[in-house]
Amino acid sequence: MGRHRSLADISYAVVIGGIALLAVLIIVTPVIVVLMTSFTEGRSLKFPPTGFSLRWYEQLFDPVASRPIHRAASNSLEIAGWSTLLGVVLATLASLGLARNKRTLARVTDSLFMSPLVLPGITFGLAALMYFTLMGFRPSLNLIIAGHLVVTMPFILRTTTASLSQLDPALLDSSASLGASWLYTLRRVTLPMIFPGIAAGAFLAFMASIDNVPVSLFLSSARTEVLPMRMWGMMESTLDVRVAAVSGVLIAAAFVLMLVMEWTVGLTRRMRD
Amino acid sequence: MTLALADSDAGGGRLRRWLRLDEWQLALPLGLAFAALFLAPLTLLVGVSFFDDEKLTQPGLASWAKYYGDPFTYKIIADTLLLGVKTVCTTVLIGYPLALVYLDLPARWQRVLLFIIVMPLLLSVVVRTFAWIVVLGREGLVNQLLLSLGVISEPLRLLQTELGLVISLTQIEMPLMLLPLISVMSRLDPNLRDASAALGASRWRTLFTVIVPLSMPGLVAGCLLVFASSTTAFISQTVIGGVRLIYLPLVIWQQALIVFHWPQAAVASLSLVVSVLSVIAALSWLGRRSTGYVHG
Repeated sequence: MGRHRSLADISYAVVIGGIALLAVLIIVTPVIVVLMTSFTEGRSLKFPPTGFSLRWYEQLFDPVASRPIHRAASNSLEIAGWSTLLGVVLATLASLGLARNKRTLARVTDSLFMSPLVLPGITFGLAALMYFTLMGFRPSLNLIIAGHLVVTMPFILRTTTASLSQLDPALLDSSASLGASWLYTLRRVTLPMIFPGIAAGAFLAFMASIDNVPVSLFLSSARTEVLPMRMWGMMESTLDVRVAAVSGVLIAAAFVLMLVMEWTVGLTRRMRD
Repeated sequence: MTLALADSDAGGGRLRRWLRLDEWQLALPLGLAFAALFLAPLTLLVGVSFFDDEKLTQPGLASWAKYYGDPFTYKIIADTLLLGVKTVCTTVLIGYPLALVYLDLPARWQRVLLFIIVMPLLLSVVVRTFAWIVVLGREGLVNQLLLSLGVISEPLRLLQTELGLVISLTQIEMPLMLLPLISVMSRLDPNLRDASAALGASRWRTLFTVIVPLSMPGLVAGCLLVFASSTTAFISQTVIGGVRLIYLPLVIWQQALIVFHWPQAAVASLSLVVSVLSVIAALSWLGRRSTGYVHG
């Protein structure tokens, strides 16, 4: 076109580009700073960190000194595993039943199932605490699994329903007209086609459970402590540099997991759409 | 081969007919779990708020009266909602230009940027909060940088101030703003921008008369998510905000687990739900109106 750049266009590039650069810096800097701090030699969170050592990681992986952290981490993994597994079964069944149903009742039920995403988690956490306590339950991992199931299941339901609605109904019809039973079609056509959706949802649900604060805040106790609560305790009392090492491990884990999910099911694309 | 397998599966169909299973009934297990684990506790929460004493023996309205009779209550609600509004403003101001740049990038770099945006979302909120303690602390990155540049002579107090909290929440909540924005923006017809430019509009004019109105649904969705998340971000509020900045989630936690006054905690948490959801309802109403205006 050969249109020469006007002053307005240059100012646009400078202002918008400048703020965008600032945004990337704000997003990335804290993560890098924590990673750097976790390798410090000193006893404080000073920046720039003094020296380079693995002492905080060594202390973190010491089975005796860091026993509470290890127990909290294994509790968190156990809770996330079970609540995701239950969520996958329940949400996949439900979306198979509801995704292609156009009736108002089905639409209402679907948005009801999504409502834990909208309700402040802290309100549900408090409600669950009162409910379980008044029913006479003692604090246990099972109760936290139940609580996490409610707030993480919508992630699986959303991605599964999205892949089901993109599934060409003609495939199901031709499978049926070729004599396949409903169950056979489900096993050989529907489930393989929507598997990436289920996997992406399960991944998000698992991460949401590991990360969950509002529900664990009310349901976890000293014996059933989860990782975010343990880290919160370590941050509140004495600023323990081991928190930086835990963060370093979690950052590395999130990074690896995300690369894997990106290659297998195209996670970011699913989150964007 | 296929037919043989299909035959062996026909039992499933027979079983289904025998049970009179209709497809929607597949939603029943989740429905039951949802009623028992979500609807029942919430109903109980509303019930508990109508008791006067901690032991839940005296039904009455005293908990509500006490909560809304305290002038401090209104300040806390206002502070909580304002914190949400401030965080929404900063995430829009900083996030929107990033979404614009995303649109102009080649596909390869779009993937890299999307990865950078989504990555913090998968990091625990506690880790992100901790990161800001390191960045904003007395000996943190910001203070060291400003000191060495000679902008300040003494370290600034950034932790335990609202400014520090809003800065931290801006990063912590940023992905929630960017994902819906980018989702809507990348569906915009690129011809619209070219047409606007060809008709002689500057990029600024194209931005405000074409892109902003058309990206309104994404912008509103992002604002809703950021608002809901930042007003209820308990860990960030208590750890970065400290004890002197009091927001509603802290009140709920204190009443439930420190004071053990469940009715008071129930009233406070219902007031959090009502105030947050009413702002969200108002925002989405505005969002629907603005889209109607663009297409009208």
